[in-house]
Amino acid sequence: MTVAENNVAAAVEAAGPVVPAASRGERFTGYDVEAFEVPGGREENWRFTPLKRLRGLHNGTAVADGTVTVDVDAASDVKVDVVGRTDDRLGVAGAPSDRVAAQAYSSFTEATIVTVPSETKPDKATLVRVTGPGEGKTAYGHLQLRVEAFSNASIVLDHVGSGTYADNVEFVVGEGAKLTVVSVQDWADDAVHVSEQHLSLGKDATLKHTVVTLGGDLVRVSPTARFAEAGGDVEMLGLYFADAGQHQEHRLFVDHAVPHCRSNVMYKGALQGDKAHSVWIGDVLIRAAAEATETYELNRNLVLTEGARADSVPNLEIETGEIEGAGHASATGRFDDEQLFYLQSRGIAEDQARRLVVRGFFHEILMKIDVPEVRERLEAAIEAELEAVESTVNTPETVTA
Amino acid sequence: MSTLEIKDLRATVATDEGAKEILKGVNLTVKSGEMHAIMGPNGSGKSTLSYAIAGHPKYEVTGGEVLLDGENVLEMSVDERARAGVFLAMQYPVEVPGVSMSNFLRTAATAVRGDAPKLRHWVKEVKDEMAKLEISGEFADRSVNEGFSGGEKKRHEILQLALLKPKFAVLDETDSGLDVDALRVVSQAVNEVTQSTDMGVMLITHYTRILKHIQPDVVHVFAGGKIVESGGKELADELEENGYVKYIGKPEPARI
Repeated sequence: MTVAENNVAAAVEAAGPVVPAASRGERFTGYDVEAFEVPGGREENWRFTPLKRLRGLHNGTAVADGTVTVDVDAASDVKVDVVGRTDDRLGVAGAPSDRVAAQAYSSFTEATIVTVPSETKPDKATLVRVTGPGEGKTAYGHLQLRVEAFSNASIVLDHVGSGTYADNVEFVVGEGAKLTVVSVQDWADDAVHVSEQHLSLGKDATLKHTVVTLGGDLVRVSPTARFAEAGGDVEMLGLYFADAGQHQEHRLFVDHAVPHCRSNVMYKGALQGDKAHSVWIGDVLIRAAAEATETYELNRNLVLTEGARADSVPNLEIETGEIEGAGHASATGRFDDEQLFYLQSRGIAEDQARRLVVRGFFHEILMKIDVPEVRERLEAAIEAELEAVESTVNTPETVTA
Repeated sequence: MSTLEIKDLRATVATDEGAKEILKGVNLTVKSGEMHAIMGPNGSGKSTLSYAIAGHPKYEVTGGEVLLDGENVLEMSVDERARAGVFLAMQYPVEVPGVSMSNFLRTAATAVRGDAPKLRHWVKEVKDEMAKLEISGEFADRSVNEGFSGGEKKRHEILQLALLKPKFAVLDETDSGLDVDALRVVSQAVNEVTQSTDMGVMLITHYTRILKHIQPDVVHVFAGGKIVESGGKELADELEENGYVKYIGKPEPARI
């Protein structure tokens, strides 16, 4: 296994003569699609994404000719509003940071707002199911999940169906509130989904944000976490399993701009089959004002077969020395032959041994998903993926940046 | 009664300079119930012998046979060898993160026995064997070998031996990394399982200390990739006294 571990600091690169290293914090954001240039594929933000497969989401040619269906199975106390573009609650968690997100923001016609009122603790998880517009159709959407002050709630956001879809999802967690949310991308094989997820934490708020990507032709999820005030705690977890031909991209940005906040990122992915491609970008910025920040991010990829490729780029920028701790780790490895040999030497057949190792790889993350319905479903989904694991594994191409 | 016959076994390992021959014609026959100590200096190829028998992918067998009751185990996959009744207690057991020891043991027992052991009996069986090896119950929930000390790993190798009850076991430097108490506990467990199951054992070791606890029927000296001398217990006493100088031309003690 290639392991690149850095236990801190030196990620603020000096400006080189050719490409000045701009801070991640300086990236342009805005609500209007026309304010963004059409990406050409060389931009840092787009260099891993196969633009041709975006079906025009990035260049204005993807005209909305369908709609997504949003079904909410709400716990008691939880309110659901369908609102127009002018509702002044919309957009508070953050502005789009790329052209597709801005296109979605400029294009949606109605938004769904799910609100957990202050000082409530719903008795069960709220399920929000987004069903795609259908094969050959395109839709834009907007969703906001609000957990008001001192509440404690779990929400499952489930994406299923077919079509092309771009959206912004806002997670607004109020003062002292706690939200556990799982966003599952379980699309049909044809689906293209580009989603910017804006995580906004109030004073002393706690957010556990889990992204699970299994299905779809191309899925690109960009979660950005921001702390409005001190004391926030965000845990960002991810689990993905890319099969032949699938492109799964997760671009994270944690913006520490206020003191005494914590962030912990852990994404794990497995890849199998020809041209299975995963991309993980983990940008963490600790601004000068963000004293006593504590942050750690980790990405692990397990490449199961030849022809699959995992890109992993952690990036830590630190503008103050007054922090509790900061670190990152990234590793992409092929299947460990020693583990396989050990299990087989105890009589366990090769295919079963492989499954044990992959299950073990994801175990750490699955144990952190504390919404029981989701965990069981994910365990079953991983089993289903493993059914397809080819029994012969040759040397795959692995890339760790 | 079973027989494990190693006939003119030759094996190489891939190095930067090409394939290097490590095993240079090993001949050895072990029968059920026999305890064979295989003693040799560092670098003599003892571990390669154990890995070649178990089928580690790093070593290529270039000649010879290993017959278990006439069947050539070298033609079997790693897991088939284990199910046929060959067990290797490894010198460096492998960590498998995220797979609990209890899940691993039960999966292995199911594979080797052909049926899933009945849960109630199984729990008791594991608990009893763990108690004999003085392994605390919390290890059942921990990932296989992950974060275990050297001694804890060795105890768990013998735990697997006791649960899987193979026809033949190769114990590769099981004594290394064990302090005086742990060595006694582990040796007792080995004696108990070998005597109660009529297992044949190849006890690979550099030092004589484990032979104070486990009585060998035959002692072999392994040097330069093959067995160079065989004898009874007295051969171990001689090694204890003189070390390996006679076999490798330079002093290397067999006693700590």
